[in-house]
Amino acid sequence: MAETGRLRQTAAPLISPVTLLRLAIVLGVLAAWEFLAHSGWLYRDVVPSLLSIGRALAGLLGSFEFYFNLGVTAAEIAAALAIGGLSGLVVGILLGANRFLSRAFEIYLYYLGPTPKIIFFPVLIMWFGVGPESKVALGTLSCFFPVALSVAAGMRQIDKVLIRVGASFRASALQMVLKIYLPAMRHPIINGFRLGFGFALIGALLAETKLSNKGVGFLIINAYSTFDMPRMYAMLIVLFVLAIGANALIGRLGALDRIERL
Amino acid sequence: MTDAAAPRRSPPGRFIAPAVGFAAIVGTFALGEVLVRIGAIDRYIVPPPSEVLGSFYRIVAEERVFSRFLYTGSECLIAGVLLTLFGIAGGMLMHRFKLLQQAIETWVAALAAAPLVLMYPLFLVIFGRSMWTMVIMGFVSGLPPVILKTIEGIAATRKVLINVGRSFKLSAGQQFWKILFPAALPTIFVGVRLGLIFALINIVGTEFLINFGGLGHLIADLAERYDLAGTYAAICFVILVSVLFFIALEKAERWLRPVD
Repeated sequence: MAETGRLRQTAAPLISPVTLLRLAIVLGVLAAWEFLAHSGWLYRDVVPSLLSIGRALAGLLGSFEFYFNLGVTAAEIAAALAIGGLSGLVVGILLGANRFLSRAFEIYLYYLGPTPKIIFFPVLIMWFGVGPESKVALGTLSCFFPVALSVAAGMRQIDKVLIRVGASFRASALQMVLKIYLPAMRHPIINGFRLGFGFALIGALLAETKLSNKGVGFLIINAYSTFDMPRMYAMLIVLFVLAIGANALIGRLGALDRIERL
Repeated sequence: MTDAAAPRRSPPGRFIAPAVGFAAIVGTFALGEVLVRIGAIDRYIVPPPSEVLGSFYRIVAEERVFSRFLYTGSECLIAGVLLTLFGIAGGMLMHRFKLLQQAIETWVAALAAAPLVLMYPLFLVIFGRSMWTMVIMGFVSGLPPVILKTIEGIAATRKVLINVGRSFKLSAGQQFWKILFPAALPTIFVGVRLGLIFALINIVGTEFLINFGGLGHLIADLAERYDLAGTYAAICFVILVSVLFFIALEKAERWLRPVD
């Protein structure tokens, strides 16, 4: 980052070289895309023209149906994050505070964490039905592990002095959690929730593409089965923007008090 | 909890905690078995664990598990080779041309946070129901960490090593292959390990979602046949395979990491 600053200072052009290169890359990709769309090298509509994608995007953002389905998916993700995140937080605190529990169980979480969760979906359909509940369940399962592991690791990195301060004030276990542990490890917690959000999002949306009748995942797979490619691209663009934006927002939340303290 | 307690712990005590953890898991399965047998849990929703254990042999013998395993394995291997080559090359390119790095490194990091796996219907249209849909899915999802870790590894090369290269008057190419690349290798491998994990998750997930290919397809297939014990056994099998895969990658990483 420091180098960017220096570059700007010495050159001080109207547009920095970095911005210029970014513009060139974006324009180049768009031009190549448009060329490919009109070249006829690929099956028609696999690479639709930018105009048709733009039109589909406008149509999508202007339709009530899309916002309804987006709301369904957002509610599923929020529920998954609430259930999976909170249980992950509790389990993480337990594992981080207690060496014995950590040595007994953490290895299972560690190795189960990065396994593909979507394969549990047939089982979750059996348990929770074909409605939004099974999507929430898959999202919960997906986001539990990163939150629990991140919190447990964060708990062990807490400055021992802070813990001794709590102990010398004779804080109860609950007070220790609320006044010492949680404030001291807000960064790993926020980071865990950031990861958890990403996994919950993927879990809920993938489950929707497999079996559902509402939600953005359903709209995507519906666009696929009716071969409405511009609409599918439009939805992927909106989803990526939302996911990357939410991720950056949670990340900024974690960095916020670091800036304030400086 | 206290620091002083750790060294005094007797060696046999080290095994108590893992043993308790293992016993708790076995106990949970035993409890599940009892609850299903007495009818507290519907056996048409959760089959008794013993039945699941029994169907392991069945799915191995009847469902071509070995060839499915090889199929998924080769998809991972191709995706792994692709993402290693393109990821390291991309990272090197961005290290070499600082302007490029400043322009697109944040984009790559943002892509790492995007739900790339949702592009599977797109690849399905482009590549059809073939092995390449899975390979490309694994490749795309595993690429960002390899690029980012390659840049990180090269940038973190110790100054003294670079100076050694300079004093030997190494050419730019020699400097890269003899100094920067070996020094960055452990960090690059962290990226490759992450990339391979993402690739495996997304490959198995895509197989499950599109009902095609190896291990993921097996689960979807058994679930659609309502072979409940078989589905549970297949899920356990896939989890087991992926855990063994992570352990192998971790061992490889430890082997590559210099002792310092």
